[in-house]
Amino acid sequence: MLEVTDISFAYPSRRAVAPRVLEGVSLQVHRGSVVGLLGPNGSGKTTLLKVVAGVLKPQSGRVLIEGQAIEQLTRRDLARRLAVVAQETQTTFDFTVIDMVLMGRYPHLGAFQLEGASDQAIARDALAATGTAALEARPFATLSGGEKQRVVIASALAQASDMLLLDEPTAALDLGYQFEITALLRRLNLERRTTMIVSTHDLNLAAALCERVVLLKHGRVIAHGATEETLTAANVRLLYDIDADVQYHPRAGHLTVVPIGRSR
Amino acid sequence: MAVHADTLAAGGRRASVRQRILWTVAGFGTLAAAAILFAPLVGSTRIQLGTAFDRSIPYADNIDAQIFFVARLPRVLAAALVGSALAVSGVVFQALLRNPLASPDTLGVSAGASLGAMMAITFNLDFSLLGVSAVPLASFAGSLGALAIVYGLSTARRRGTSALVLLLGGVTVQALLSAVIAFVQYLADFTQTFRNVRWLMGSLDVASYSPILAALVPMAVAWAGFATLPRMLDLISIGSESAAARGVNIERTERIALVSASLATGAAVSLAGPVSFVGIIVPHLVRLIVGADHRLVLPASALFGAAFLIGCDLIARTVIAPLVLPVGIVTAILGGPVFLWLLFRRL
Repeated sequence: MLEVTDISFAYPSRRAVAPRVLEGVSLQVHRGSVVGLLGPNGSGKTTLLKVVAGVLKPQSGRVLIEGQAIEQLTRRDLARRLAVVAQETQTTFDFTVIDMVLMGRYPHLGAFQLEGASDQAIARDALAATGTAALEARPFATLSGGEKQRVVIASALAQASDMLLLDEPTAALDLGYQFEITALLRRLNLERRTTMIVSTHDLNLAAALCERVVLLKHGRVIAHGATEETLTAANVRLLYDIDADVQYHPRAGHLTVVPIGRSR
Repeated sequence: MAVHADTLAAGGRRASVRQRILWTVAGFGTLAAAAILFAPLVGSTRIQLGTAFDRSIPYADNIDAQIFFVARLPRVLAAALVGSALAVSGVVFQALLRNPLASPDTLGVSAGASLGAMMAITFNLDFSLLGVSAVPLASFAGSLGALAIVYGLSTARRRGTSALVLLLGGVTVQALLSAVIAFVQYLADFTQTFRNVRWLMGSLDVASYSPILAALVPMAVAWAGFATLPRMLDLISIGSESAAARGVNIERTERIALVSASLATGAAVSLAGPVSFVGIIVPHLVRLIVGADHRLVLPASALFGAAFLIGCDLIARTVIAPLVLPVGIVTAILGGPVFLWLLFRRL
């Protein structure tokens, strides 16, 4: 289980009182569950994910993984427990797909150790799991947006951690790829029991994928619970000042959110 | 290109990293060794490699050996050291800043090193620290100073290093330092000025082993730093946050990389002046051949950088013989178009 307790965070600033980006944020994520992180731009979703990943150090509060505080783990140990998938990945140099996936093995290797046969096997397994095995030798830069995102997810799987933090994984993708990535994440959760925290602006994606959602606004958690009970019209209005219809959609099999207009 | 063919095993599946590193080092190592052995044979007097290494002739009577080891080898070895130092510094800057146009020249690091070295030469500074003499020390200080300014500028905003700020900052620092260099020159006497101008063109006028040995100390430290970097550079070149999330210690890696690259550039400039464009041409040619993996790119650039600058110096020595051109002119004429090509390919 991942426990986030009373996290407060402010970016370093010249002002005497730095504005808090996160203010007393607490949440729990159970093993094998998928939790959605929802909130408007600037609500602190990305910052929260960075704190959980150990990239940013909070001014107060703790993050525990299976009861162990993350600051007591080495960077490598932490990277073996959880992997991060960014919104978009740009490469400066022409890495191939298999190069990208093998980089996920970094926290498992010693300083001068090269990837061996087992690392290769894990990387190929990750490619197969994300349906990208055929792309193995292609230059990463030549892939489509959806293919790139699948390869980045494969490289996170190669990290062999059982938790994924995904920061708006579909934000840069068109509808077809959004659907594809959502289906992939659901399948990984079912088959591998991968725990996920997904930040997203796409309420329908959250409804389709997440058992629970956490609603963030101005760095505070304003609601936290099962998706069916938390993703309500009232909460959507609170988050975005949007009047929306939230209904169970029988063909989709989950809640759907249809924005109607600005609420007053 | 032969190296690349070898790395692709039958069926399109690549050989292991270990094998590819071995092939790369063997291939580029052979090239560098051949350049070091054969470049000294070319010059106003023709000499034979066999005669130069013939142990049966006493050294005092062996003119070929004397020309090889005394007159020409120091220059070739200096070219090798300078070429590899600048090439690897280029690789490191490009990966760290995620910018294919970064290099010791474009970041103003070479200019900083030049200013430091020129001050030491012009004002006859004479001190040493840990066996390293004034000129390399001053040039290291200059390169580190220039790098601190440019890097500080480009990372000041929280949104990571901006390519635009980086390149404009580099150009500005370079222009500023050139003005200071001109000022220092104005203060120097006439013969000194002439020497300085020649030196600033980047020339390998090395006629003994002592400057090479002096440059070897900081370079050895830099190599030790570089050796720890390749895999971390791979991860950082994808993004420093994703690298951090995979367990890379970003601050420590940046510190090692920047200090090592400043040391290497400083040592190279103190030996040969600011030889331009090596740090940008060599890494890109190497990447075309071995791919993006820095465990291949770093050693290959070191070896190919050595061979490349030896080759350029060979052109400089022969193209209008008996006159010897500063090698910086040759690298600039070759490198300018390559830089433009990169610029247009990227933008």
